[in-house]
Amino acid sequence: MDFRLTTEHEMVQKMVRDFARKEVAPTIKEADRKQEMTAHVLPRMGELGILGICIPVRYGGQGMDYISLGLASEELEVIDTTLRVVMSVHNGLASMTLFQWGTEEQKEKYLAPLARGEKIGCGAFSEPGAGSDFANILMTGKRDGDEYILNGEKMWISLATKADFAVVTVRTKSDVAKPSEGLTAYIVELDRPGVSRGDIHGKLGVRAGSTGWISFQDVRVPLENRIGEEGEGFKVTMTAFDHGRYTVAAGATGLIRASLEASVAYAKERSSFGKPIARHQLIQEKIARMARDYEIARLLYLRAGWMKNEGVRNTFETSIAKHFATDASFHAASEAIQIHGAYGFSDEYDVERFMRNARGAMIYEGSSEIQSLIQADYALGYRKDKAVRCELPAYDSQAWQS
Amino acid sequence: MNIVVCVKQTPDTAATVTVEDGKISWGDAPLVLNPWDEFAVEEALRLKEAHGGEVTAISLGPEDAKEALKQSLAMGCENAILVSDPSFAGLDSLQVSKVLAAAIEKVGEVDLVFFGRSSVDTDSGITGSQVARRLGWPALSLVAVINSLDPESKRLEVERMLDETRQQVAASFPAVISVVKEINEPRYPSFMGIRKASKAEIPIWSAAELGLEGDLESALTWPDVYAIPKVETECEFIEGETPEEIAAKLVDRLIEEKVV
Amino acid sequence: MTNKVLVYVDHFKGEALPASWEAIGAARKIAESLGSGVTAVIIGQDVQPLATQAIEYGADDAVVAENPALADFRPEPYADVLSKAAAEADVLLLPTSGRTRELAAMVAVDLETGMAPDVIEIEVDGGLVLATRPIYAGKLLSKVVIKERKPQILTTRSRAFPKPEPDASRSGEITNLEFEVGDVPTEVLGYKEAAGGVSLTDAAVIVSGGRGVSNNPSLTPPDEITDEKDQEIWRAQQGFGLVGDLVGVLNAAMGASRAAVDAGYIPYANQVGQTGKVVSPDLYIANGISGAIQHLAGMRTSKTIVAVNKDPEAPIFRLARFGVVGDLFDVVPALTAAFKERLGK
Repeated sequence: MDFRLTTEHEMVQKMVRDFARKEVAPTIKEADRKQEMTAHVLPRMGELGILGICIPVRYGGQGMDYISLGLASEELEVIDTTLRVVMSVHNGLASMTLFQWGTEEQKEKYLAPLARGEKIGCGAFSEPGAGSDFANILMTGKRDGDEYILNGEKMWISLATKADFAVVTVRTKSDVAKPSEGLTAYIVELDRPGVSRGDIHGKLGVRAGSTGWISFQDVRVPLENRIGEEGEGFKVTMTAFDHGRYTVAAGATGLIRASLEASVAYAKERSSFGKPIARHQLIQEKIARMARDYEIARLLYLRAGWMKNEGVRNTFETSIAKHFATDASFHAASEAIQIHGAYGFSDEYDVERFMRNARGAMIYEGSSEIQSLIQADYALGYRKDKAVRCELPAYDSQAWQS
Repeated sequence: MNIVVCVKQTPDTAATVTVEDGKISWGDAPLVLNPWDEFAVEEALRLKEAHGGEVTAISLGPEDAKEALKQSLAMGCENAILVSDPSFAGLDSLQVSKVLAAAIEKVGEVDLVFFGRSSVDTDSGITGSQVARRLGWPALSLVAVINSLDPESKRLEVERMLDETRQQVAASFPAVISVVKEINEPRYPSFMGIRKASKAEIPIWSAAELGLEGDLESALTWPDVYAIPKVETECEFIEGETPEEIAAKLVDRLIEEKVV
Repeated sequence: MTNKVLVYVDHFKGEALPASWEAIGAARKIAESLGSGVTAVIIGQDVQPLATQAIEYGADDAVVAENPALADFRPEPYADVLSKAAAEADVLLLPTSGRTRELAAMVAVDLETGMAPDVIEIEVDGGLVLATRPIYAGKLLSKVVIKERKPQILTTRSRAFPKPEPDASRSGEITNLEFEVGDVPTEVLGYKEAAGGVSLTDAAVIVSGGRGVSNNPSLTPPDEITDEKDQEIWRAQQGFGLVGDLVGVLNAAMGASRAAVDAGYIPYANQVGQTGKVVSPDLYIANGISGAIQHLAGMRTSKTIVAVNKDPEAPIFRLARFGVVGDLFDVVPALTAAFKERLGK
C-alpha cells in the first residue's frame, strides 16, 4: 500500500490548481452574484484537456487515470463548486457512461468530441416529479420503426443550456414487474427538433453554473443512439451515478479544504480577548474537525478512484465517500462562517458561498438519505454487487495513452 | 533552432520564509519552477513552435532538484538536463555562470539561451548577463517583445525594458536573452507533457563531465541572513492647522525616514 | 588614477540617475574607512558635464570615456571600458538600475570578482565592505562580503542611501580614458515609450483610494448627468483624479479598495486585497480606506503605510506608520503639491 501521490498526480493537481486560481478565482464572486457561468470556463477546460482527462487518447481524451479525475475535481471545487459540477456532469454522467456502455460507433461519434472538449455533455435523469424515486420517472420513449419518439421533461439538469449532448433515461415499457425494468437510455443531440430548455435561477448555491430544465416534445432519436439494450436504462443510470458521485465526493473534499484554509488564515489574522482567535480552544475544535474530515474524505475518494483504476465495482465505497464528504463539507463551510464571525456572513469573504454551494451536493446525485439506504442495504446484506453487462474499463496506462 | 532555457527551482512565492539557526526555511511549501522562468520557457517554446527545432531546459541544483525541469518538460521542452555536483553547492553567480556556460557549450550548436529576469529567492538577476559574457555572446536583457526573428540570417530584433523607456535592439545569434513578464502568458503543462515529464529520466551532468573540477570558488560569502525585524508600528499622527501644513510635515517625515 | 573607490555614474542619454549621486555619498564613507578618495567613472558620448556634477556631489576626480559608439547604452562595450577602468580598484559602486545590473555583472566576470546587486546598507570592516541586501522579495535580509577578490562590486538601491548636497566649489581632475571600442554585437534601432502606467505588483509606491473618494460634498455634477448612480460615479472619478495627481508625482501605481471596485469607480485591475492584488511596495498611501481585513491582507507587508482617513478609529491606522485624520479632498491635493515641491518636479 502506498499513500503517496505519484509525480504525475502531483503535476495534474498543480496544473488544475493553477488554472482555477488564475483564470476563475478572480471573477468567481462576480459570476456568482450575476448567476451566470463565466463564458471562458468551458472552452478553457476543453483546451486544457480537463474535459477529457480520464478518457483514452484513442477516444480523444488525455489518457489519465480515474485518480487524476478525482484530484482535478478536488482542485476545481476549492475555487468553486460550479467548476467541479462540470466534471460530474460532462465527464462523469456523460463521457464515462458512453465509455462504459457505448458502442464503438457511439464512442467515435459522441465520446470523442466530448473528450476533446469540442462538445459539452450532460446527464438528464431527474424529473419534476421524480428524483430519489428514479425508477418511477414519467418521460416516455416509443419505438417507431428505426427511431424512438421521446416525450417528457427533465429538471435540475446541470449544464442543461450549455450542453450539446445529453444522456437521457426514459420509460419505454410500463407493463413490467418492477418499474426499473422498463427504462432505456439514449444519447441525444440537444439541437434535435422538439427539444427546448432553459436555466433555473434563484438557486441557493452553484450560482456561477448552469442548472436548468430540458423539455422533449416528439423528439425523434435514431435507434443507434440507444445506450445499451432496451430495458437496461436503470442500470446505465445507476452506473452513471457511480461516476458522477465519485467526482462529487472528490469535489466536496476540496470544499472542506477551502473552508479549512480560509479558516486557518482568518483565525491567525483575527484577534479577540488579546490573542489571535486561533489560540482559542473553541476555534481550535472547529479547525480540528475540518482537518480531520478533510483527511477522511480524501482517503475515501482516493480509495474509490483506486478501485475504478483496478476495474473493481465501487458503488458502496463511492456512496460512502460522497455521503461523508458532502455532509462534512456543509458542516465545514458553516463552521468557517462561524469562525469568520460577521465577516463570514457577508460576501466579502468566500465562506458564505462555500456553504451555499455545499448544500446542493447533499441532494443531487443521490441525496444523503439515498446514500444511507445504499449503505444500509450493503451492510445488511440486502444488496450485493451483480455484474453488469458492460463494466467501466479498468485503467491501463499503455492502452489508454496510445 | 536549438534553444536552451536556464531554469531554477525556488520555493513557491506563497511560502512563509523564515530563518532557523542561520538557515533559510520555507516549511513544507512546495518547490516550483521559478515563476520568472516560466516566461522564459514559454518564449523558448513559442520560438520553437514558430521556427522548428528543440528546447533544452538546464538547471543547476542538488540531485533531487528536478521539479523545475519536470515542469519545463511538461510545458513542452524536448530535453532536460540537471547540472549537479557536490562542488556546485552554494556557488555564487560568478561561478554559476561558469558552470552554465560550460553546460551550454556541451549542448553545442545553441542558437539562443533564455533566462527569466531573476529568481524569486536571491532576487539578483545577473546570471544571464554573466553567462552571455562568458560565452562572448550578445546579452539581450529584460526583453519585453521579440519583434522579429529570422533563423536564416540568424538575426533578431527585440525591445528591452530600460528604467526610462524601451530600447529596440537588433543582434545576431547566438545570443542570451532574459525576459520580463510582459513578454507572454505562460502555458500550463499539458496532460501529455505531464506524463512525459513524470516518466523522464533526467540526465545529470557533473563537474567532471563539464571539465570544471577544482576550479570553482565563490567570490561572495554570506555571513548572516535574518528575517526583517518585526517592528510594532505605532501610528504617528501628523497634525497641523491647514492641510498644507500637514502635507509639508508628512513629506518631511517621509524624507527623514528615507521612505521617499 | 590612484583612488581605490570607484563610482559608475549611471545615466540615460546624458541625464544621471539621482541614485548615482547617492552611490557617490555611499562611496565617500567607504573611501574614508579605506583612506582613499573616490573616482567617478562616466561612460557615453557628450557626458563631460556629468564629471563636473559627480565632483560637486563628492567625487574627488573623474574619468570620462567618450566615443560615438557609446552614445546608446549597450552592456558589452560599456563593460569593456568599465573593466579597464576598475581593474585596479578595491571597490566599485553603481546605482541599481536595469543597466547597471548587467553592466556590473559583466565587469565581475571580466575581473573574476564578486558582485552584489541592490544593496541597502554598507559597512566597512577590516578593509572589506559588508553589505546588506534584501532577498526573498524582501522577506529576508542577507549580509554579503566579497573576500579575497578585487574590486568588490556593489549596486546600491535607489533611496537607500542619502543623496549628498552638491557643492559647486569642489573641484577635481577630469581625465579622459584611452580606449578602443571593439565590435559592438548589438545595434540600437530606437526607443519606444513604455506603454501604460506602473504596474501594481512592481510598484515601489502605491497610492490607493477607497469608497470615500466619491463623497466630496463640494462637487456638483454637471447638469447632463441626471442618473443618481452616474452622479456618484462622476464624483468618484473626480476623487480618483485627485488620487491620480499624487500617483503621477510619485511615479506610483494606483490602487483601490474592493468597495471602490465593486461600486464601479475603478477597474478590478486596480484592486488591492485578498481578492485583488497582494502588494508590498516601499510606500503605500491609503486614502479614504478604512482597512477591512481583506484589504489589509493585500498590503500589510508594505514597508511604510500612510493612512488618510476621517475616522480616527479606522483600523487602517493600526497598521499605518503615519496617519492623517482629515478629509482626503483637502489632504491629497496638499500632499501632491508638497511632494512636487520637495521632489523638484
